[in-house]
Amino acid sequence: MIHALTLILACQLAGETLTRLMGWPVPGPVLGMALLFALMLASPRIAALVIPTGEGILRHLSLLFVPAGVGVVGHVQMLGAQGAVLMLALVLSTILALAVGAGVFVAVARLTKGRKDA
Amino acid sequence: MRDFTEIWSYLAGDPLIWLAATLLAYVIGDAASSRMGRAPWVNPVLIAVVLLGALLYLSDTRYDTYFEGAQFVHFLLGPATVALAIPLWHQRAAFRRALLPVLAALIAGSLTAVLSALAIGHALGLSPQLLATLAPKGTTAPVAIGISQALGGSPTLTAVLVLLTGIVGAIVVTPLMNLLRIRDWRARGLAVGVAAHGIGTARALQVNPQAGAFAGIGMALNALLTALLAPWALGLYF
Repeated sequence: MIHALTLILACQLAGETLTRLMGWPVPGPVLGMALLFALMLASPRIAALVIPTGEGILRHLSLLFVPAGVGVVGHVQMLGAQGAVLMLALVLSTILALAVGAGVFVAVARLTKGRKDA
Repeated sequence: MRDFTEIWSYLAGDPLIWLAATLLAYVIGDAASSRMGRAPWVNPVLIAVVLLGALLYLSDTRYDTYFEGAQFVHFLLGPATVALAIPLWHQRAAFRRALLPVLAALIAGSLTAVLSALAIGHALGLSPQLLATLAPKGTTAPVAIGISQALGGSPTLTAVLVLLTGIVGAIVVTPLMNLLRIRDWRARGLAVGVAAHGIGTARALQVNPQAGAFAGIGMALNALLTALLAPWALGLYF
């Protein structure tokens, strides 16, 4: 477990260092995820090593958003007079993005599948 | 027996109590969610956040004090994001086959998230500053905050909107996809990762492993895409 944790933190650290160094607009952990994915593809041993610990961390991913969420609750009054409008735009736009994203996925999957079968 | 207030004043300053409270609130939220068969409207994050918010308010505790305990949980967000490589690795064959749909849905979903928020906000008369604050709401918090700051929005308010978007997305995705009769777990996962970042991904992981893997990759790719897209999109409104 300690080896897996070390590897995960090392990937995150490498990601943080790289984005800062290059001034990339991606968060370090996201780059760390790409790095870990590449390592897992390269070596089945690495994959077998990180899976139990990594899946342990992911099992309660929701929990990890709670501390930031509590901070946010204290700022809800910041929505202020425009709160209703902001919420309306937020909810509608999230629904639209979900529908369009999933719809386009299904449509393109169908198209590319048809092409391969032909 | 010692006075309760004396014990309280000792414990209240200790990180332990707020770490324990965070876990307890989540256990309650998760139990409620599990009890209701993971019904989308019983969101464990929302329940835990409301319980803790009430507790801090009633006990007159400052957020800084709370965070001294809660930071140990918060810290794990980074490693957990790295660990999202694991579900993706499990689904690597499915992912390779779906590369084209993934990229198309990413671009379409990300564009829709940014442009529709701007269009609706603009039509309803939001100020340019609020539009800049709202535009990056669908992406992961560190990216959204950076974009909002760079565009002259309010980073703190963006953090509020990002969290609300995550919760709204996590609640809405299941009924919406059922309504649209979209049963492809890859499509459902990717869409929620793009539109509702980590909180949507957490929901997807809970529902289906394939949806979880595609949500993770959607969230990661959208972090990059929104950073490139939001400044350009906002330019359309000025």
